[in-house]
Amino acid sequence: MSTSSATQGGFYSRIGIQGVTLVLFAGSIASYFLFPEHLALLTQLFVLMVFALSYDLLQGHGGIVSLGHAAFFGLGAYAAAILARTGYNDPLLGLVFAAIVSALVALVLTPIIVRGNDFTRLLVTLGVASLVYEAANRMRWLTGGADGLPDFEIAPLLGLYRFDFEGRTAFIYSFAVFALTYMFLWRVVTSPFGLALRGIRENARRMPAIGSPVRRHLAVAYTLSGGVAGIAGAVLAQTSRFASLDMLGFDRSAEIMMVATLGGSGHMVGVSVGAAAFGWLKDVLSTVSPKYWQLGLGIVLMLSVFVARGGIGSLLDRLRFRRSA
Amino acid sequence: MSNLITVTVDGIAYGMLLFLFAVGLSVTLGLMRFINLAHGAFAMGGAYLAVVLVNSGGLPFLLALPLVFIATGAVGAVMERSVIRHLYDRGALQQVLFSIGLAFALSAIATIVFGPQQQGVQIPSWLLGRISIFGLQISGYRVFLVVSGAVTAAALAYLFDYTLFGARIRAAVDNRVAAEGIGIKVDRLFVTTFAIGSALAGVGGALSIEMLGLDPTFAFKYLTMLLMIVAIGGAGSIEGSLLAALFLGVVDALFKYFLPEAGSFVIFGVLVAVLVVRPNGLRGRTA
Repeated sequence: MSTSSATQGGFYSRIGIQGVTLVLFAGSIASYFLFPEHLALLTQLFVLMVFALSYDLLQGHGGIVSLGHAAFFGLGAYAAAILARTGYNDPLLGLVFAAIVSALVALVLTPIIVRGNDFTRLLVTLGVASLVYEAANRMRWLTGGADGLPDFEIAPLLGLYRFDFEGRTAFIYSFAVFALTYMFLWRVVTSPFGLALRGIRENARRMPAIGSPVRRHLAVAYTLSGGVAGIAGAVLAQTSRFASLDMLGFDRSAEIMMVATLGGSGHMVGVSVGAAAFGWLKDVLSTVSPKYWQLGLGIVLMLSVFVARGGIGSLLDRLRFRRSA
Repeated sequence: MSNLITVTVDGIAYGMLLFLFAVGLSVTLGLMRFINLAHGAFAMGGAYLAVVLVNSGGLPFLLALPLVFIATGAVGAVMERSVIRHLYDRGALQQVLFSIGLAFALSAIATIVFGPQQQGVQIPSWLLGRISIFGLQISGYRVFLVVSGAVTAAALAYLFDYTLFGARIRAAVDNRVAAEGIGIKVDRLFVTTFAIGSALAGVGGALSIEMLGLDPTFAFKYLTMLLMIVAIGGAGSIEGSLLAALFLGVVDALFKYFLPEAGSFVIFGVLVAVLVVRPNGLRGRTA
């Protein structure tokens, strides 16, 4: 696992900028020049990557399986949209607000998440996400219900760069959010706290024996993960100037679980690449034929349990291993 | 007042359907620890099979039901032997991914074969009429659903509580290793229970077309409800599943009728509340 190599080395490797990650970042920047026609799609890919990284912190590192992570994504999206509608439409302010709202909700929910086994966790997360969805659906005066929340303006980024029609600012904004999130989460997972999280994933029963406060660690991970998911949602709402119920839905929760696993649980480069690949494939194929996309996705998911476990991340590791050997 | 009773009967009929869907899931989860998110898709498969048998094959609805039972049960048995048994010792995540993938694939196949539109099935007219019970007009089909649900529940309760097969299953649910140690062939129990669970889901799906409609979203539409029933009833408990299904069915019907603004909010609230207080369900043995 590439995370282990980060403990030594200079500044850049301490924030995760090395090897394959460098290629990932360079590729992200290059995509701006390679696909200037598709900046809107690329922005969405960055959003998906941030969301996938937030889920990976929870499931890939902490071992908490969740079927309702879209709740935090959607909360962030609505928080940013609602704040912008009240007139406070600075994008960074919206980002911070969305992160705080999502993280707070996650924090409130932690007592019921950290207890119980995998099955009850799946249900609690699914139940809570359904509750949030229903609440958003019912509170039309706040969320617009099934029509979503359109028509809000976002102020120029840093007061300087207007969100233009071609999506250049949106691209740079979402890439910056992705890069900063990536470096932040890299620091988190390579810290002693991250190591403790992986210990909990491997064996939650033995961790208390070495004095590790399992529940507190999981609570911190859940809150962080919720906050980052909120950031992803906020970026999507701000750059698309729209917040809607499907941002909260079960489909999105199931999707992010697949994306993170197909990318390679606990492998941040793999998850990022996986998210980008998934988002791009989905955009290409689901416009051609949504039903065959769904069929193909189902088959890939079933196969992924038996072959290519470890996802794209382990493929990348194998490539690198072959080259250096 | 008569409204209240009609809505309650509706809720009970709905609850009986949910019971048929959920009981297989409950037993497989309690016995094999297998989280099968494709269970709703099995019900959908049974429903489409009934549509084909009745509308294209010209079979009477009531004759199609046992065929659906056998067919979905056989498919369930084959699936268990070929793929699903390899997933028992995998983590929850792998099971969830596999079964979501299966549900996606089945739902996509249903869209490709039948299209996204609603399907109907021809039900004998004598079943659809209204029956007068104690002066109340109640749809005959609702009564039929309640009776079939009750019969199924009684048969299952008998099977589980009074036969050797049932004793073996209860033993394996409580302690699989010990059950194997005294010579119970747990493998064989797994196939049989998985097949019965799938068969019941299939029949439940076929029975539900008239009341809930049928389209490819069926695979996921009732999934949350199913999981809730298992969670509240406790995995592996038949009585628990029945009580939870009836409770949720009635609560859902009452709130949808008398307080539609609340929507499904109440149901999910109940779920979360129960799980907070009793993480193993109200009558859970294990899991």
